[in-house]
Amino acid sequence: MLGTSVTWGDVTFMMTGAGLTLAITFWAMLGGTLMGMVFGLIRAQSPWYVNHPLGAVLDILRSVPLLIQFILFNSFQSIAGLGMNPFVVGCVVLAAYTSAFCTEIVRGGILAVPATTRKAARSLGMTYWQDMRYVVLPLGTRVMLPSWIGLTLGVMKDTALVYAIGVIELLRSSQIIITRKPHEALIILAIAGLIYFIVSFPVSRLGAHLEKKWREND
Amino acid sequence: MIEIEDVRKSFGSLEVLKGVSMTVETGEVVSVVGGSGSGKSTMLMCINGLEPIDSGRILVDGTEVHAPGTDLNKLRRNIGIVFQQWNAFPHLTVLENTTLALRKVLGKSKDEADAIAVKQLEHVGLGDKLKVYPSKLSGGQQQRMAIARALAMEPKYMLFDEVTSALDPQLVGEVLDTMRMLAKAGMTMIVVTHEMAFAREVSNRVAFFKDGLIHEIGPPAQIFESPERPETAAFLKSVL
Amino acid sequence: MFNINYTFHWNQAFRALPDMLEGALITLQIAVLSMLIGIVVGVLLALAKEARFAPLRWFANTWIEIARNTPALFQVYMIYFGIPAVLQLAASLFGIDFRALGINIFYLDSYWAVLVGIAFNNAGYLAETFRGGLRAVPPTQTRAARSLGFNAVDSFRLIVLPQMFRAVFHPMTNQMVWAILMTSIGIFVGLNTDLTGITQELNARTFRTFEFFALAAAIYYVIAKIVTGGARLIAWRLFRY
Repeated sequence: MLGTSVTWGDVTFMMTGAGLTLAITFWAMLGGTLMGMVFGLIRAQSPWYVNHPLGAVLDILRSVPLLIQFILFNSFQSIAGLGMNPFVVGCVVLAAYTSAFCTEIVRGGILAVPATTRKAARSLGMTYWQDMRYVVLPLGTRVMLPSWIGLTLGVMKDTALVYAIGVIELLRSSQIIITRKPHEALIILAIAGLIYFIVSFPVSRLGAHLEKKWREND
Repeated sequence: MIEIEDVRKSFGSLEVLKGVSMTVETGEVVSVVGGSGSGKSTMLMCINGLEPIDSGRILVDGTEVHAPGTDLNKLRRNIGIVFQQWNAFPHLTVLENTTLALRKVLGKSKDEADAIAVKQLEHVGLGDKLKVYPSKLSGGQQQRMAIARALAMEPKYMLFDEVTSALDPQLVGEVLDTMRMLAKAGMTMIVVTHEMAFAREVSNRVAFFKDGLIHEIGPPAQIFESPERPETAAFLKSVL
Repeated sequence: MFNINYTFHWNQAFRALPDMLEGALITLQIAVLSMLIGIVVGVLLALAKEARFAPLRWFANTWIEIARNTPALFQVYMIYFGIPAVLQLAASLFGIDFRALGINIFYLDSYWAVLVGIAFNNAGYLAETFRGGLRAVPPTQTRAARSLGFNAVDSFRLIVLPQMFRAVFHPMTNQMVWAILMTSIGIFVGLNTDLTGITQELNARTFRTFEFFALAAAIYYVIAKIVTGGARLIAWRLFRY
């Protein structure tokens, strides 16, 4: 292919890796977002003795290399005999890691809605959940969505580290081919880079577009 | 003396100054009134060279502001300007705001600069705020600081660009008092303003600006009581 | 609920603490150097992005987009595998004798690959940070400075720069912490002197994976907290306004 020794088989191998990258991203974002919403709600409106300990725990997830979190949890689950396969371990760890960031996004979104606006909603007779559903959520989403899109891209890039526990995602598959065909390193890396780029560039543009559009409306 | 001769200026396809001419004598206070967006502020920016002009010329004490060889930095030391959005330097205390240009532009020593600044700040009633950062001041206080900062450079001319427009009503008075004081002391001033009573009280002459042109200029009594142009009369009717 | 047939051996891990702390120093060294390079290159990229000469803009854009849209590990690979590949290509195309220059074109030291790769990443992110910082200072500030008689250089140096510094300080601190944590990916290109590398070597000898990596995690956490705490102290001293 292209006058090199990189075969279609190699490219297919990399595409399989890319599929795995996207699958892990999907599950991590799903789990991370759900947990993040719950933690974010708690952090935005609970007393300090709940808020601070929860914040401290989530902060640990953000202050330890993700790579080490993968290794640690993988080792823990094998000690505990949970028998999870590496793919599941990857998704669980990445979801927990994601939740720490998502919590701050959700918290920021809720706190971005002025207290006066919320008081106005409550003074109209809305219940707590009605206020959340019709006032806080639509307003907060404008603040949260661009960051959440950024987080998705970040998580997709972070999936590269599941390599540490033996999942053959896009980058690991590229590295395997490079080890076999070191003189083709440039073209293999270019293909891998292109795949990352094709997925993430449109998403990052969408995020920038939304941010700009919403700023103009304010 | 400031001489403005047939000055034209456009932003893109929008012509904001359409041949403005005006002379301000030394010791004179000239107020410029007129609707928003009529080009008044742009004219002030042209006088100290913050904005280039398309044609015509502006002379300050005989020096042509927009001539290629003019040292604008030197020229601007003679022309103080105060903006609508006071533009305090947020990272410097009130005293530092006032002394920075004295030290770095005029090359004065710290003690010398401090002495001048303290005098000016006391003059505008901020003698007790020297070590305070602008974020802790009210808009009126920040604006008075901006005036003191400009005065500390001992300029020959002071330009005021709608300095009370962004202030809460109760803070307008303190800033106008400061300017009144300055006018009485004989400072040459061009005051772009929406405060008609103030313009009438302190000005030697009032210029009425509309659509990039000075339609009428004369003593306050003439402009406010017997305007010659129907545009002036219509404007005054709308604001008084 | 768990059936754990495992005895934790923490003593073994604690005995290795001095070695691991030595590794932490290398980790810090890579992070600090990569930040310094990243700051200088980041400023240049931010300027290049505003340049009138179009190829300069394209170059800056490409760098920034690759840095931000691909994994840091990919960028380290680019350096680790890519630079030797480029050199080999140059050797075969132009007949340059790299061996005479004392350059091994078949292998790049992993320390340098990690350092340069992370510096590449830092520069891309910091370029955007600096552009944001510049926008954070309103043009009216320059105008006010110029009206007091400051020349263009002094207005920037005395008025714009200090305010810009405040705007970028917090993102720069985050980038620094990020750089520290990122150095751990050196393990994928065989780096064995930094904290993660040393931990991995100890792990390979003893198979006490959990204990060693838990200790490493604690060390990373403490370093990250010292950096953010220190930055908060500096910010408190510096930005009184």
